[in-house]
Amino acid sequence: MSAPLDVEGPAAPPRSNGELVFAEPWESRAFGMAVTLYEAGVFTWPQFQAALIARIAAWEAAPTEGWSYYQHWLGALEDVLASGGTVFADEVAALAETLAQRPTGYDHPDDHDHPHAH
Amino acid sequence: MTTTGSTDRIPAALRTEALEQLLTERGLIDPNVMDKFITNYETNVGPLNGATVVAKAWTDPEYRQRLLDDGTAAIKELGFAGSQGEHIVVVENTASIHNVVVCTLCSCYPWPVLGLPPSWYKDPAYRARVVREPRKVLSEMGLELADDVQITVHDSSSEVRWLVLPERPDGTEGLSEDQLVQLVTRDAMVGVAKVQAP
Repeated sequence: MSAPLDVEGPAAPPRSNGELVFAEPWESRAFGMAVTLYEAGVFTWPQFQAALIARIAAWEAAPTEGWSYYQHWLGALEDVLASGGTVFADEVAALAETLAQRPTGYDHPDDHDHPHAH
Repeated sequence: MTTTGSTDRIPAALRTEALEQLLTERGLIDPNVMDKFITNYETNVGPLNGATVVAKAWTDPEYRQRLLDDGTAAIKELGFAGSQGEHIVVVENTASIHNVVVCTLCSCYPWPVLGLPPSWYKDPAYRARVVREPRKVLSEMGLELADDVQITVHDSSSEVRWLVLPERPDGTEGLSEDQLVQLVTRDAMVGVAKVQAP
């Protein structure tokens, strides 16, 4: 089983000769979350697709920033999870704010002797 | 309606990380399983050009014959052509004959139909070993072929690029051409895998 990704039209993921193209690592994580949750039955593909098309349509009606397909993909994922009561937008926002507060270099092993902010 | 849009001001990378953490905590995703899904989509979804060629050959016997007679021309019929003028030769896999492609010198590859070559195709070990012990290499890549299947290894060059027309899997008689396109993987068109029925 695999997610029935659109091949053409506004809701189709960016491809280069059929291969999926991710510009940044978070894009592949956002992609992976949606297909994993779909395969697990958390939502149906038409539900996700409708949310994605709605996000894209909203952007087209009033573009706020440059085009980024996976911005809309992530927004659509947040929308279906919120409407299903799985994860709410304010929970994501709160945790993201916390993650943003991490000191620089948080993901490096702390085995060197320069001063740290923690 | 839910509170959509309230996270838009937060950078996407942070929102993604937060969402992944919340979903993991709630047991809805396993990051390791997700890694496998991502890899699968990255390596097996597409390349659509080649898949389109294969699905048409499976459903249109006359096109199949043109493709086997003159791959370059038949592929061009569908609008796919390279800028380097390379010649594409198509070889057909059957129940008794299995073709697999390599480029022993570098990494020549029918890129108009298959896109960029995967990393293993460029790997010196694959290039050297698939010629010497193809059955063993294919088995290591997950393709077990019976002893009576004859394996032919084709060496691509700057003049001739080989494309494998995989065997149409049993149980796909009712599928449309578009549905068949979705089944065809890059690995099957290089000859290191078979196309699986859905």
